[in-house]
Amino acid sequence: MAKYLLLKHYRGGPKQMPNAETPMDQWTPQEVTDHIAFMDRMADDLRERGQWVSGAALSPEGTFVRFDGEGRPPVTDGPFAETKDVVAGWMVIDMDTLEQAHEAAAYLSSAPGPGGLPLQEWIEVRPFLGNPTTVTE
Amino acid sequence: MTASGTANGAFEAQVDQGDLLKTLVPQVLAVLVRRGAEFAAAEDAVQEALLEAVRRWPDGRPDDPKGWLVTVAWRKHLDVLRSEAARRRRELVDHAEPPAGPAQTDDDTLLLLFLCCHRDLTPSSAVALTLRAVGGLTTKQIAAAYLVPEATMAQRISRAKRTVATQGVQGPGDLGRVLRVLYLIFNEGYGGDLDLTAEAIRLTRQLAAGTQDPEVAGLLALMLLHHARRESRFTADGALVPLAEQDRSRWNTTLIAEGIGILQAALDRDRLGEFQAQAAIAALHADAQRPEDTDWTQVLQWYDELLALTDSPVVALNRVVAVGEADGPLAGLRALRDVPADVPRRTAVSAHLHERAGDLGVAREEYLAAARLAASGAERDHLTRQAARLHGLG
Repeated sequence: MAKYLLLKHYRGGPKQMPNAETPMDQWTPQEVTDHIAFMDRMADDLRERGQWVSGAALSPEGTFVRFDGEGRPPVTDGPFAETKDVVAGWMVIDMDTLEQAHEAAAYLSSAPGPGGLPLQEWIEVRPFLGNPTTVTE
Repeated sequence: MTASGTANGAFEAQVDQGDLLKTLVPQVLAVLVRRGAEFAAAEDAVQEALLEAVRRWPDGRPDDPKGWLVTVAWRKHLDVLRSEAARRRRELVDHAEPPAGPAQTDDDTLLLLFLCCHRDLTPSSAVALTLRAVGGLTTKQIAAAYLVPEATMAQRISRAKRTVATQGVQGPGDLGRVLRVLYLIFNEGYGGDLDLTAEAIRLTRQLAAGTQDPEVAGLLALMLLHHARRESRFTADGALVPLAEQDRSRWNTTLIAEGIGILQAALDRDRLGEFQAQAAIAALHADAQRPEDTDWTQVLQWYDELLALTDSPVVALNRVVAVGEADGPLAGLRALRDVPADVPRRTAVSAHLHERAGDLGVAREEYLAAARLAASGAERDHLTRQAARLHGLG
């Protein structure tokens, strides 16, 4: 029983498989619709199995922000068009084992892309840090 | 509990009623399941009986609340069966009324536990169903404890119920699986407002009251001995305090005495199992007034027993810690070679042994590596502080 973050990247990570290389704005509208419908269905399945925690899609462009001293407004920078790594969205799931989390990530990676074929995009799986267990020694 | 005024007294009566129902609901459910009611249907019937109780008990609570609830819930259940049968226009299956007499609480609880820890359920499903059906907790409380949405937990529980309903209890239940589920609940610790360790202890006490198995007693002893140290395990701001640095004056001596008594009686039965061995190790730690009073030779002997019983690499790693304390860090490092590289916390143990052996540079590197591998935030922070402490020393 542990939580895992599944990260969908627009960019970053290992070299993408061929079908994941075409940017989404070059897909047909139906291919985009099918892709999104697949992910909604996956979320529903996870809910139905009692494994869903949360998820969201993210705007591709963001701003970097930092503290600039007491009483001063936050300093912002960006957006950076050339950022190597962009996160498109995430899901948090609650699984019995890491293996199950990997299976869910692989399934997410099978979402249809151009030509209705599996995208095979890389999904990053990051385990949550939990509470320390009661029994330690 | 003493009432200090009428308003307060009324409030406490309400609280008492809540506690009473929390205890009774799983027992009533268990009676219905034993009488052959299907799990989900039994739960519905108990809910109906509770509504009836809310309506009628204010005029006078029955002398035997449990008997009352069983009677009403069983009648509700039969009503549903009859109307379903009528609706489907088929013959009503003859449901023989069960023999009168007091309900067998302990056996019923055990039966319900076997059902909730069914072999076709994943650990997380078994945990959720156990807390709901035997623990009498609400879905909302369980969801909050495990930090998932309530709808997710509701699904997990209803799926588990369906699995149990289609499979039923086949053959004798597996007590070992029940103990592992209770241990999982205990080990999850403190989630949100709900104290899962306390819930696990409550359930294990209930189980221990109805079974003679020394491993049940062993698990209960283990829980009590660890629970006794609860206050000293974290600083006020949540940082982890290792066993050797805990303020032992804050250990709960009442719980320790109870745990040791239960363990002693279990060990006397001469049927050693892994929970008794784990409890024996916890008891040796609890027994030491100061860390340097710990009888590490005996701790090591118990780890040898435990390793023989479980053949678990995690136990093998914990045994290495005991070797390091009993025979010195170099002996510990030698024993560590036999522990597979992928066992969680191996790097942290190695760091500690290297530090004690005076190899501070290696220790620091390994504390950092262990922090990156830690499975909990508190552990990661603790290991990072260890690395920081050695910074510039090696």
